[in-house]
Amino acid sequence: MVDVRSGIGEAVPPAEVEDVELYHPHSWWTRYVFSQDAKVIAIQYATTAIAIGMVALVLSWLMRLQLGFPDTFTFIDAERYYQFITMHGMIMVIYLLTALFLGGFGNYLIPLMVGARDMVFPYANMLSYWIYLLAVLVLVASFFAPGGPTGAGWTLYPPQAILSNTPGGKDWGIILMLSSLIIFIIGFTMGGLNYVVTVLQGRARGMTLMRMPLTVWGIVTATVMALLAFPALFVACVMMLFDRLLGTSFFMPAIAEMGEQLQYGGGSPILFQHLFWFFGHPEVYIVALPAFGIVSDLISTHARKNIFGYRMMVWAIVVIGGLSMVVWAHHMYVSGMNPYFGFFFATTTLIIAVPTAIKVYNWVLTLWRGNIHLTLPMLFALAFIVTFVNGGLTGLFLGNVVVDVPLSDTMFVVAHFHMVMGVAPILVIFGAIYHWYPKITGRMLNEALGQLHFWITFLGSYAIFFPMHYVGLVGVPRRYHDLGEAAFVPESVHSLNAFISVAALIVGAAQIVFLFNLVWSLRHGREAGGNPWRATTLEWQTPETPPPHGNWGKELPVVYRWAYDYSVPGAPEDFIPQNQPAPGRVSHEAAS
Amino acid sequence: MTVVLVFLAVIAVIIAWWLAQQRLASKPWLEVGHLHDHRGNQPVPAAKIGLAVFLAVVGALFTLFISAYFMRMASSDWSPLPLPRFLWINTGILALSSVTLHWAKLEAERQNDEAARTSLLVAFAAGLAFLVGQLFAWRALSSAGYLLTSSPANSFFYMLTAMHGLHIVGGLAALGRVTLRTWDAPIDRQGRLSIGLCATYWHFMLAVWLVLFALFSGWANDVVDLCRQLLT
Repeated sequence: MVDVRSGIGEAVPPAEVEDVELYHPHSWWTRYVFSQDAKVIAIQYATTAIAIGMVALVLSWLMRLQLGFPDTFTFIDAERYYQFITMHGMIMVIYLLTALFLGGFGNYLIPLMVGARDMVFPYANMLSYWIYLLAVLVLVASFFAPGGPTGAGWTLYPPQAILSNTPGGKDWGIILMLSSLIIFIIGFTMGGLNYVVTVLQGRARGMTLMRMPLTVWGIVTATVMALLAFPALFVACVMMLFDRLLGTSFFMPAIAEMGEQLQYGGGSPILFQHLFWFFGHPEVYIVALPAFGIVSDLISTHARKNIFGYRMMVWAIVVIGGLSMVVWAHHMYVSGMNPYFGFFFATTTLIIAVPTAIKVYNWVLTLWRGNIHLTLPMLFALAFIVTFVNGGLTGLFLGNVVVDVPLSDTMFVVAHFHMVMGVAPILVIFGAIYHWYPKITGRMLNEALGQLHFWITFLGSYAIFFPMHYVGLVGVPRRYHDLGEAAFVPESVHSLNAFISVAALIVGAAQIVFLFNLVWSLRHGREAGGNPWRATTLEWQTPETPPPHGNWGKELPVVYRWAYDYSVPGAPEDFIPQNQPAPGRVSHEAAS
Repeated sequence: MTVVLVFLAVIAVIIAWWLAQQRLASKPWLEVGHLHDHRGNQPVPAAKIGLAVFLAVVGALFTLFISAYFMRMASSDWSPLPLPRFLWINTGILALSSVTLHWAKLEAERQNDEAARTSLLVAFAAGLAFLVGQLFAWRALSSAGYLLTSSPANSFFYMLTAMHGLHIVGGLAALGRVTLRTWDAPIDRQGRLSIGLCATYWHFMLAVWLVLFALFSGWANDVVDLCRQLLT
């Protein structure tokens, strides 16, 4: 079914996609603060996410100080340690990664990449950010509440999450955490509706689904998953709030505390685990799919070669999105379940490796004989592939019930998920920021500072997480404030822990270089021009850089080709923008 | 969690059906210059698609609540609570609200603005009456000693009715806004669209309520048992 139609000589009406009425800001406040422009909202989302992410980074420092040098920092007692763990995990997964990929990159890139003037519901989009900010503030408030933030672990498992001996369990900590999550989900739903409907209805003329850059595919598939998965977290949070505040027993079994029978009875903690992981596992891919998409575009652009197997890449994204909704119980092998269920979930888990492996092969084959430019975005993209394969392979171990049971709750699991959904997506975020910063600000980020940042981050995170696998294989449990004198923990583990902690401090400090670079380059960076990477996708073809409100000037762009026309034989340049008509027709227009 | 899996399957079928029409097997690298854009010149309004996606999210929310209900119901200590007669009247009122809103939509399409406004107002009042009725049902139950914490069935009843009520409150806010907007100006295309969207949302919330009502009264169990027998 080869369908070659060049369409030469065919008259094309310029813009039959209905143009939209934009909201025009009247004051500084509505232009920069209560803005309805997706690009401004994106920057607001990203700034807030990075700011709260820095808090989580400091928390990880504190945890590593305790693990590496126990008994040295007396202010980190067991209670504080659990609070740090909990807040670090929750902030990184939800308030940083999810918000940055979907709220940040989604808002900035979707309208530009599909050739729209803005999101379809700009007002709801603006509300989405302010509700997200409120969620972050409620979360931060728990640091200052009496009793401090919750220390229940990022999974918030009942019954311990709301018992009085868990930090924040009897005070405000858990209440603020649950409320913050509920607020976040309400805000996200408003944004998520925008991302999906904009891709469905806002695409420019000629922008068929199969001409969309993979970044958009990744973000929109992740959004659909998030819209279906976040309600589970919402339900779990509402029910736990009822248990904590009103004394119901949804998740609380009959339980005695300090020799005293509590009024709870009959509830099921396993029910919470199902609800939590029904959200929690798709969450991994909600973070991973946008990263997959962005990496595909970075590699193609910086290797000057079309993406290998575009169709396969699209199908793989959709298949991963579908499969990841039915694997959640592999987080619950040790909670106990019907062996047939265990078999079902182990199988679906391992099957996900197939489309994921296809993507990795396709990235490698895209690089194969490409004209690889080792720019900063490319370096980060390459680092992502390596890291993702590493983290993914240990996932194959953990996906098997028999291997998972002994390894569960050891540092091996910590190392695994930090590699695959911590370091790998963060590397993509850095790569993406180095790639799109010139479009956002009109200036390049400083190359030397970027190289410094890249090498310390890349090598450093391996120094942190590679040894951690061995620590886990020895049997060192996670979530322990102090290992103490255990016969199975050799002396070498303690020195390894100290080494990991030093590496963590250095990698964390390297992020300050990055932040400095972001601010410094705003004024002092090299002028970038409209299309510094000579890329094909629409966001680089805007008439002005940075693009103003409305993006496209007078006329919406028309799309004539797919997003990956790099190094086309016979073409005058090694890239052809998506809005350039076929040769032989109005070629002078494209040259100007 | 079977209920959730069934819901996911339905969503998956809808997505697959839609994707199947999007030429996912085409080879975009061979299709230079041609538009290949099969979207018509009169696209479905974005607000309609937006509402459909939102209803899918709300559907997921209630499906998850309901599957939690089924999981909890399987325990031995489950004792259903007697439903107050009141709920039948409330159901009638919500159905009336839904019907009048549909009527408003039809009248607006026929450009009978006056009739449309009247039925909007009736629908709004009926929606409000439903909420008040739900509060009365709560009071009747709690004064009969069926408190939130006294049994798991009670907890679920209060929580689910509260959730449904909150969605009705949101719907009333939107409906009120539309009613005010269409009050003194002729109902234009935008107004007709808004009324239609309100009607769709209302039908959906009525359907959710009917499912919840069936759940509380125990009929849903019979249906589920029947399904189970058919499957095994």
